[in-house]
Amino acid sequence: MAQTPNKPQVRKRFRCDSIASVPQFTNSPTMIVMVGLPARGKTYISKKLTRYLNWIGVPTKVFNVGQYRRDAVRTYKNFEFFRPDNEEAMKIRKACARSALSDVGTYFMLEHGQAAVFDATNTTRERREIILSYAKDNGYKVFFIESICDDPEIIAENIKQVKLSSPDYIDCDKEEAVADFLKRIECYKVTYVPLDDDKDSHLSYIKIFNVGSRYLVNRVQDHIQSRIVYYLMNIHVTPRTIYLCRHGESELNLVGRIGGDSGLSPRGSQFAGALGKYIKSQSIPDLKVWTSHMKRTIQTAEALGVAYEQWKALNEIDAGVCEDLTYEEIQANYPEEFALRDQDKYRYRYPKGESYEDLVQRLEPVIMELERQENVLVVCHQAVMRCLLAYFLDKSAEELPYLKCPLHTVLKLTPVAYGCKVESVSLNIEAVNTHRDRPANVEVSREPEEALLTVPDHI
Amino acid sequence: MNSGEGCSEEIPLPSSPRELTQNPLKKIWIPCKNGLPEKHIFQRKVCMTNCPTLIVTVGLPARGKTYISKKLTRYLNWIGVPTKEFNVGQYRRECVKIYKSFEFFSPDNEEGLKIRKQCASAALNDVRQYLTDEGGQVAVFDATNTTRERRDTITRFAEQNGFKVFFVESVCEDPAVINENIVQVKLGSPDYTHCNTDEAVEDFMKRIKCYENSYQTLDEVLDRDLSYIKIIDVGRRYLVNRVQDHIQSRIVYYLMNIHITPRSIYLCRHGESDMNVKGRIGGDSGLSLRGKDFARRLGQFIQKQDISDLKVWTSQMKRTIQTAEGLNVPYEQWKALNEIDAGVCEEMMYEEIQDHHPLEFALRDQDKYRYRYPKGESYEDLVQRLEPVIMELERQENVLVICHQAVMRCLLAYFLDKSAEELPYLKCPLHTVLKLTPVAYGCKVESIFLNVDAVNTHRDRPENVNVHRTTEDALQTVPPHL
Repeated sequence: MAQTPNKPQVRKRFRCDSIASVPQFTNSPTMIVMVGLPARGKTYISKKLTRYLNWIGVPTKVFNVGQYRRDAVRTYKNFEFFRPDNEEAMKIRKACARSALSDVGTYFMLEHGQAAVFDATNTTRERREIILSYAKDNGYKVFFIESICDDPEIIAENIKQVKLSSPDYIDCDKEEAVADFLKRIECYKVTYVPLDDDKDSHLSYIKIFNVGSRYLVNRVQDHIQSRIVYYLMNIHVTPRTIYLCRHGESELNLVGRIGGDSGLSPRGSQFAGALGKYIKSQSIPDLKVWTSHMKRTIQTAEALGVAYEQWKALNEIDAGVCEDLTYEEIQANYPEEFALRDQDKYRYRYPKGESYEDLVQRLEPVIMELERQENVLVVCHQAVMRCLLAYFLDKSAEELPYLKCPLHTVLKLTPVAYGCKVESVSLNIEAVNTHRDRPANVEVSREPEEALLTVPDHI
Repeated sequence: MNSGEGCSEEIPLPSSPRELTQNPLKKIWIPCKNGLPEKHIFQRKVCMTNCPTLIVTVGLPARGKTYISKKLTRYLNWIGVPTKEFNVGQYRRECVKIYKSFEFFSPDNEEGLKIRKQCASAALNDVRQYLTDEGGQVAVFDATNTTRERRDTITRFAEQNGFKVFFVESVCEDPAVINENIVQVKLGSPDYTHCNTDEAVEDFMKRIKCYENSYQTLDEVLDRDLSYIKIIDVGRRYLVNRVQDHIQSRIVYYLMNIHITPRSIYLCRHGESDMNVKGRIGGDSGLSLRGKDFARRLGQFIQKQDISDLKVWTSQMKRTIQTAEGLNVPYEQWKALNEIDAGVCEEMMYEEIQDHHPLEFALRDQDKYRYRYPKGESYEDLVQRLEPVIMELERQENVLVICHQAVMRCLLAYFLDKSAEELPYLKCPLHTVLKLTPVAYGCKVESIFLNVDAVNTHRDRPENVNVHRTTEDALQTVPPHL
């Protein structure tokens, strides 16, 4: 049995391409079907869920039928398009739904997708039957997510956040847009048939009431549906801010060594002090502070003068046999490993160490708890911060290991509309650069100079 | 994994940051003053709630409340949340020494009602003591609690004492499930030791009837401000209302993943490895000849067991994969099943550890569960790492897990409800398969040795765990090797 240099040989049960740190649990692809009146958060949930599933390694894509409609009917006039008696429009809307379904099929069959989120109102039994039929014919599992909300404040806030800026209302003034959108919702209300706990008892679904105060979960079929339910039950829409930063510059950073468990350099201590002042100036209510178990993050948090919690899961990536080495030493002692890492930095696992892929797995409980919490400051490490950032900013596995997370810089993340606003705050304390770009030559046969081309300066 | 709720105590910014010292056992960095560790540090353990939580079961008899209570308690303790169950029926049995008949539970039996109320109060008192004085974090109050009145009493009690309340209601009308329940756990109850099966069943059915008329299920409207999960038909459907915090979220997730479909879990280690033979720990070596023999026999054993739809899981280390290869069935690799990371002690013999790291060796013997190898892991870390494996094992049916000594100890401790003290010393010898079958409220264990000799890798706790002990004392319990 040969061990491929960075991954052990394996006999996979179902999927033969990736050799991840966890078994891939799905055989049949899953269609996640949204249900609900307009402005109930379906697209918000679709995008967030998709981001989460992709981050944990389940290839997922959103199919927003409204987008198909906008592509088919170039200009949106008004709510009359959505009237249940508008036959012409009905034909177009049905065609769009079918087109989206067909693309779902393509995504599963040809693009190795594992989950597809079918984002539309799907408010009639008839429409849901079409989807169920399609899924049955193709051997896809179906999981419905219905969002039910009758709180006018939530709906108004929703319209403000995401509808007013929609392409549909680009030429309207605010009041016109709101009035039109409310009439649009009325059009759907007439024919809305929610999932019925008796008639639909054989279907798999979750009903979310009033943005999460109550849930009804029916017939969870498998692991991925169980994870989806757990995730949906932990997210919230309360406004809050997440601060991400690395520990202050460490002694090992200064000399260009990776890993280890060293303390802060003098400049690192300065950063810790500056961080304390910055946090105080932000006046954040009820801020939770999290660190890893490593000395340098704890020393940084100590300077804040507030209670903090240590998470082993936030420890830096384990570089195994390369711990405490400089890049030059890695090139000298493990040139093949060094090249393999450059070839696929996300999946590459250090001998006796970890990969970014492993890190993501390790960090999943941290992300889940971050979703539950409100204002949090996470003091962590370069690779860890890249993983967390990739989750919030929806970065792919290819981009993730190269995200720029410089020392002494705080990233302030605020959820807004369907995504995340990022503010980068440099606390103006000098530090070494620890970012090594992918060099041009990643061949095992390359020269040491080519390998070390992008190594940042150090003592 | 809950953080201290609202704990942002302000300490004046120190003029210079506090010195850190590393706790020698757990390798945790804590602030210190004059070389002495300071208390104020929050460790991310699973549940950092300031408020303890009271879990209250709700439901007619034979709806699985005690099953859920015990299982949930076992899980929470395993992940490090001190939990205890309080079964009111148990209090009643201690109060009313002999159970006569269902008449005791008749709604117009005033004497009976008085006793039952007293028992509930006594139990609540013990709950208070456990959560307030004994360091408990979660208490499971296991009783029918079928009336709103009773539940209000409990809610008031919790409010007075600063406990959070989470209700777990089990609703089921499937006669087949209820019957099976009665057969599994009621017939063997102390209440029915003197009855034959038919008598017992008949009496128990009448007992259930006594509760039915006054049963007020948790209502969507009337109880909308309570935190609860309603489990319908053994998990076909769930209604979850107002989850307040992290621990409740974890409880809900756990309850939604467990099932009662009969199945078996097989646990074993990889076949004997080359490192095992040399008395070395850790590493990533291959199987010895005897280890390969074991793999073949394991394949034969599995075939003979004729298990429907068996899933096979291994770690990502060579020795478990080589073992699975001998089975000729598909298997899946979990990095989470890798052996405990012995850090700087990887690939050493115990004699070498004593030689190079005598202090570490002694600390490990002092608290084997919490001790973390330098640059490695502790059993406590292992449990955290294995939690997703346990969760998936709960979801699955027939599974064979081929893993490692420390890992197997952790998994076994979960299934057999072993404490953190016992866990690191559970006996998990090579070439022996443990077959676990859920039965009644627990787990039946069958130990099957596959008749291939192997070294013993079990090192008992030596008598002398003092850091100043002699080498001889330290190595007293090391098993023989090449």
